[in-house]
Amino acid sequence: MNTPETQKNQAAFLETVDLRKHFEVGGGFLSGPPRMVQAVSDISFHVDEGTTLGVVGESGCGKSTMARLLMGLIERDSGSIRILGQEVGGTEGMSLREARRQMQMVFQDSFGSLNPRMTIEGSIMFGPLVHGVSRADARRRTHALLDRVGLEPSRYTARYPHELSGGQRQRVNIARALAMEPRMLVLDEPVSALDKSVEAQVLNLLLDLKEEFGLTYIFISHDLNVVQYISDRVMVMYLGKIVEIGSVEEIYDDARHPYTRALLNAMPSMDPAHRTESAPITGEPPSPIDPPSGCRFHTRCPFAEDICEKREPELQEKQTRRAVACHMEHPGSGHSQVGSSRHDQ
Amino acid sequence: MIASKEKDRPVVPPEVVSRGYWHGVISRLLRDKVSVACMIILGAIVLSAIFAPLIAPGDPTVGSVLERLKPIGEPGYLLGTDELGRDMLTRLLYGGRMSLITGVVPVTLALIIGGALGTIAGYVGGWTNAVIMRTIDVIFAFPSVLLAVAISGALGAGLENMLLALTIVLIPPIVRISESVTTQVRELDFVDAARASGAGSLTIIRAHILGNILGPIFVYSSSLLSVSIILASGLSFIGLGAKPPTPEWGLMLNTLRSAIYTQPVISALPGVMIFIVSLASNLLSDGLRSAMDVQR
Amino acid sequence: MISEYNSPMDGVSTEPFVSIKELKVEFHGGRQKVQAVNGVNLSLESGEVLGLLGESGSGKSVTLRALLRILPPRRSTTTGSVMVDGRDVLAMSDAELTQYRGGLASMIFQEPALALDPVYRVGDQIVECIVQHTKIGRKAARARALELLELVKIPSANTRLNAYPHEMSGGMLQRVMIALALSCSPKLLLADEPTTALDATVQIQVLLLLREMQRKFGMTTIFVTHDVGVVAEISDRVAVMYAGTIVEEGPVSEVLGSPGHPYTQGLLDSTVHGSMRGSRIQAIPGSPPDLANLPKGCPFAPRCKYAEQRCTTEDPPVVKLSEDHVVKCVRPEMAPA
Repeated sequence: MNTPETQKNQAAFLETVDLRKHFEVGGGFLSGPPRMVQAVSDISFHVDEGTTLGVVGESGCGKSTMARLLMGLIERDSGSIRILGQEVGGTEGMSLREARRQMQMVFQDSFGSLNPRMTIEGSIMFGPLVHGVSRADARRRTHALLDRVGLEPSRYTARYPHELSGGQRQRVNIARALAMEPRMLVLDEPVSALDKSVEAQVLNLLLDLKEEFGLTYIFISHDLNVVQYISDRVMVMYLGKIVEIGSVEEIYDDARHPYTRALLNAMPSMDPAHRTESAPITGEPPSPIDPPSGCRFHTRCPFAEDICEKREPELQEKQTRRAVACHMEHPGSGHSQVGSSRHDQ
Repeated sequence: MIASKEKDRPVVPPEVVSRGYWHGVISRLLRDKVSVACMIILGAIVLSAIFAPLIAPGDPTVGSVLERLKPIGEPGYLLGTDELGRDMLTRLLYGGRMSLITGVVPVTLALIIGGALGTIAGYVGGWTNAVIMRTIDVIFAFPSVLLAVAISGALGAGLENMLLALTIVLIPPIVRISESVTTQVRELDFVDAARASGAGSLTIIRAHILGNILGPIFVYSSSLLSVSIILASGLSFIGLGAKPPTPEWGLMLNTLRSAIYTQPVISALPGVMIFIVSLASNLLSDGLRSAMDVQR
Repeated sequence: MISEYNSPMDGVSTEPFVSIKELKVEFHGGRQKVQAVNGVNLSLESGEVLGLLGESGSGKSVTLRALLRILPPRRSTTTGSVMVDGRDVLAMSDAELTQYRGGLASMIFQEPALALDPVYRVGDQIVECIVQHTKIGRKAARARALELLELVKIPSANTRLNAYPHEMSGGMLQRVMIALALSCSPKLLLADEPTTALDATVQIQVLLLLREMQRKFGMTTIFVTHDVGVVAEISDRVAVMYAGTIVEEGPVSEVLGSPGHPYTQGLLDSTVHGSMRGSRIQAIPGSPPDLANLPKGCPFAPRCKYAEQRCTTEDPPVVKLSEDHVVKCVRPEMAPA
């Protein structure tokens, strides 16, 4: 797991092994057997301390479920989560409560993530108070954090969420997450619902905070531009599985999985003189209920062959810390295009 | 670097005195003319019921058969007399006390018990939810009037028994709505955020859930006020509730039945009072619901 | 066969196809009056595609809805002049409006699930629209509906005709909505952020489809979006809106390449893309103004780094930067910045 090429510290801050969560849906007395939504299937990855892991994928890929699994908001079916080498949950290792001091989450819906009946101050103080911080200390911390995220305490502490704009609320959410003094933040589409000009402000704030507090981020987004800007490593998910993972340069300049390339080519061109001429792939992401057999992407992949339908490609480490789950990348898989450089786009 | 950080600060909104959510609810309520009218009417009835001994012209239980069924406007008897010669106005005022008790007490008790049950069922989910909700469903399956009659009949006539019966009848719908609202609120992100900060279930219910569910539950319960009063009147009407000579509107309706051909207006008076209180409390609860549905 | 619209019906027309003058929309439903659109002037030639770019609260969606007159009549007041194909939209009677909407002008919305009736089959809804606006009988209309579904590349179109909206995915519903909008060969197509709610790989498909349809039928199109990339992909011209006014308008390559207005400049600078990695994003400070209390003068002045005294007292003038590129700002008058 820890290769000599790790950037800052030696230890990965967070590690997951074969994380899985399947939901039962429907079924019952007269409706036949329940169907399984395979939300997250055997996800294994790690995040180095002080870095940002960007997670991209479309609907049904499981990125939000994964975030909630990490935070313990949903109970996992199987697999393990380790923070600084210690197993979370279970008999030994770290308790969930202790893990929650290390990791906090910022949600997408800035309004829904704040109690409409609680003042801003109350919402931020809640976490520290729960963990035994004195009222006076919690209040002091709250005021300092509000100031740090750019909201003047005297004007914001007594306000209610509906009086704030989306960008201001998201700053409050960040302050609330930081009130617990965590070392990692899981950010689930934190800027997706914001206007572009406000998005830029909040992204700048996130970067400043990361540097100031030495934080580690998991940044989930559907916006590839934002992920490229903010991440050190990027993980691409499709239908509950990781299809590719690597450094941001590797993913954006040398994507190897057909889905990753399709995603990158699906970004609208910013230049009116060079417009996109054809869509990279057709169809829509299928439902995570009863996903396709073998490689889950084979139904939409232009390079799909028999082997892709039969056997699921493993997410193998290609070079150091870079992994692609595609038969074309695995010598000996049986795919006709193994090893060929088919960089036609 | 620092200079550009300053530029990221959002423009500070003008100094506005932050009013709480409930403050907003009350001010919206006060702007709704219908609600204000209902509040005044109900307030007047409640006050007159409380101060009945002071303002009533006569004695509710004393009457002279010689004075029976006097029409409205008769000197000394502002609203006439009933079949036993008692002053209607006095009996209506005292009757208000009884009827309001039969409205408020069962609803309040059902609110506390049903609200707690529903909230627990809604928050915990799983087996606890199933057990509570299905038990409640069994009780709920009985038509409310039938259930009230059955319980009251089994326990015997009398005010306390009637109140108990009414409370039991009102608990299921309140449990239903509490559970439904709690389940909805529990799904919201801020509850997840509270869980993520490591808070325990009771803390979360107290700090985050209660404030957000009390509103809808309270509104629904206030609409049950009229149901309770009418049920109580019905029970008294068939002799299962208040006993004569206690003045109670439902009971009065029963005893005045015989006078319906000779003095129809007087016979209808208790019914009119029930109608006014029911209508006013329903309209007020509607107004309260609108006032709480603030457009964010 | 669907008739392909080729050229203007009237012979020689020098009037632009769409002409909006001094459009103002005020909402007075709540406690305060909100000036959502504050003097918009726009004109489009037949067959042109205009991108209306702005953030939330800029008034872009309201402008679009004013063109179709689907703003709530009791809560809003619309003033100014809106002329489409020579007809005065604001003066139309209810009967004329019914013919106009879906007939001459059609709209595609952001949430297709909300725009389609959930209790009617998809094919039936298209048929109803065709029958309402043309003289074609039901049978022929159904054939046309099938043609349309094939045109928007819905697989197994025949079976899909009988599907209900809830049985279809987001991307497919959006195609159905496009088919519905095209069913009566409108001359004006209005699109309100039709791809915002879609996944990335689906968004590009729908965008390209729209572009193809527009080229094929030559419809004048107004496309509302907050995404600069979408504007670059699909528009000929772009108008940038802020707080209810158009602050800049011109050919898309000119406006995106050399923006004249500080807001446009700021918007482009703050649009994140990967090449900004490692450096700070030039964010526009502050937040959009309260539309119930618009400041005097230029609405962008409080956030503008070039703002001067007169920006807060007078309305900025409309200045021509080139033949068809205009900007509402005092800055171009100054020495080259």
